[in-house]
Amino acid sequence: MRFMYTLRARKAQQSIAYGVLWLMAGISVAIMLLVVGYVVIEGFGKISLDFFTTSPRGGLSGEGGIYSTIVTTVLLVVVTMFIATPLGVCAGIFLVEYADYVKNKAVAFLVGLARFGVETLAGVPSIIFGLFGYALFVTAMGLGFSVLAAAMAGACLVIPVVIRTTEESLKTVPDSFREGSLALGASRWETVRKVILPSALPGVTTGLILSVGRIVSETAIFYVTLGGSYRTPNSLLSSGRTMALHVFYLAMETRAFDKAMATGAVLVALIVILNLIVNTISGRLSSEMK
Amino acid sequence: MNEPRIKSIDYSLYYGEFQALRNITVDIPRNRITAIIGPSGCGKSTFLRSFNRMNELIPSVRTEGRVLLDGENIFEQEVVNLRKKIGMVFQRPNPFPKSIFDNVAYGPRIHGRKDKSNLARIVETSLKSSALWEEVKDDLGRSALSLSGGQQQRLCIARALAVEPEVILMDEPASALDPVATLRIEELITTLKENYTIVIVTHNMQQAARVSDYTAFLLTDEARAGNLVEFGPTKEIFTTPKDKRTEDYISGRFG
Repeated sequence: MRFMYTLRARKAQQSIAYGVLWLMAGISVAIMLLVVGYVVIEGFGKISLDFFTTSPRGGLSGEGGIYSTIVTTVLLVVVTMFIATPLGVCAGIFLVEYADYVKNKAVAFLVGLARFGVETLAGVPSIIFGLFGYALFVTAMGLGFSVLAAAMAGACLVIPVVIRTTEESLKTVPDSFREGSLALGASRWETVRKVILPSALPGVTTGLILSVGRIVSETAIFYVTLGGSYRTPNSLLSSGRTMALHVFYLAMETRAFDKAMATGAVLVALIVILNLIVNTISGRLSSEMK
Repeated sequence: MNEPRIKSIDYSLYYGEFQALRNITVDIPRNRITAIIGPSGCGKSTFLRSFNRMNELIPSVRTEGRVLLDGENIFEQEVVNLRKKIGMVFQRPNPFPKSIFDNVAYGPRIHGRKDKSNLARIVETSLKSSALWEEVKDDLGRSALSLSGGQQQRLCIARALAVEPEVILMDEPASALDPVATLRIEELITTLKENYTIVIVTHNMQQAARVSDYTAFLLTDEARAGNLVEFGPTKEIFTTPKDKRTEDYISGRFG
């Protein structure tokens, strides 16, 4: 009897735990759906072809579309990744493939510092990078509020992300590949270039796309480096506003809250697409490994 | 015995403060199969990996003494050239995630062979030497990872042969394989000794007795450093060992 009782109690506990976990998970998902759904439903009604092809007209009414902000966003992403990709990927390769063989004590210390820095910087709020970018690129270097200054600040923001994801994906490549290549008389660089990097490429690409997503969605850092001009930038030294920044301006400084929602919906769609790409790549990665 | 291919002279190896190999002096004969046997942790793999300086991948490793390949100190050679002369086959098959052709052509390409027909010839010869050609000749473009474990290991042997080494080091090359695949690898090793000097680490004493001409027996001392206990023709080591510890080990009293 006693045994039956505990069994029933354990079964009851199991049911309750299952129910609570299910409920919590359900609520979490519902909240996310509510946010995204609200933006999409509110926003998509306002979207038309004109919305994409006309620029904002400025002023309190918030008239116009988002053409110039799309251009600015794309330009900013391209310039930022142009700076961040070689720096971040190469640093990641160095940290994983070479840093442990550094004999010089001073360099080894710097490597340790870099590792610590990369981990710390990945968690620093973006506005801090913005302040840094404002002080150095916008003011001291005299670039003013510009795509170039914003891209340099943005690169500072995503380089730690690129380094981290590059490191992670290099570490997933089995050491047996490295040994196999080195034992055939390949140099370390030949091993990296011909065996390690091709295997790590999907992971590295994923990191780069996540960084693109970050640039697209960040606001604070660009508020203090990109300025806020609603005109289409005609050079790297032009001020501008990204879509995310445009949402902020529309919501805070105009009466066109619906336009803010519409821009938000476009942003959400863009982020969804980027994540789908990431999923496709990592899905291909895991199926190749089998 | 002819002039040895590899000589180690008073060779010691340290991982940081820990000494893993102590004063090993041994001559590895040319065009023979030499087996290195001993219980787990006696340093046999470490010793093997000394010959192509693979231990240098571990930053804390330090060595003393000399290892000579054809009379020349390997530590004074360009490591890339040394590894071209001394190939290696690992415990677990480790083909690259590339096609069969690209796996075998990897080494020759690294060492500057670009000519397509030349490469194709090298790939074919290497695969024939490693007894894999008949099984894969119809589709060399297929992924090396689609091969069975035994085939993968023979591919890795072909990959090592393709750079035309003089010595092949094998680190328990059959320990991850089933008995049938093991037998094929053993047959292959025996045919390879005509053209190559082979050093094989194995924890399987029957395997050492079956394939090798000479045997080196390693054992750890009180400080857990690997020592060479006895070296000689395999027949003598297995029938009339000079050292009591060798006799105990091969008769299965420990290890």
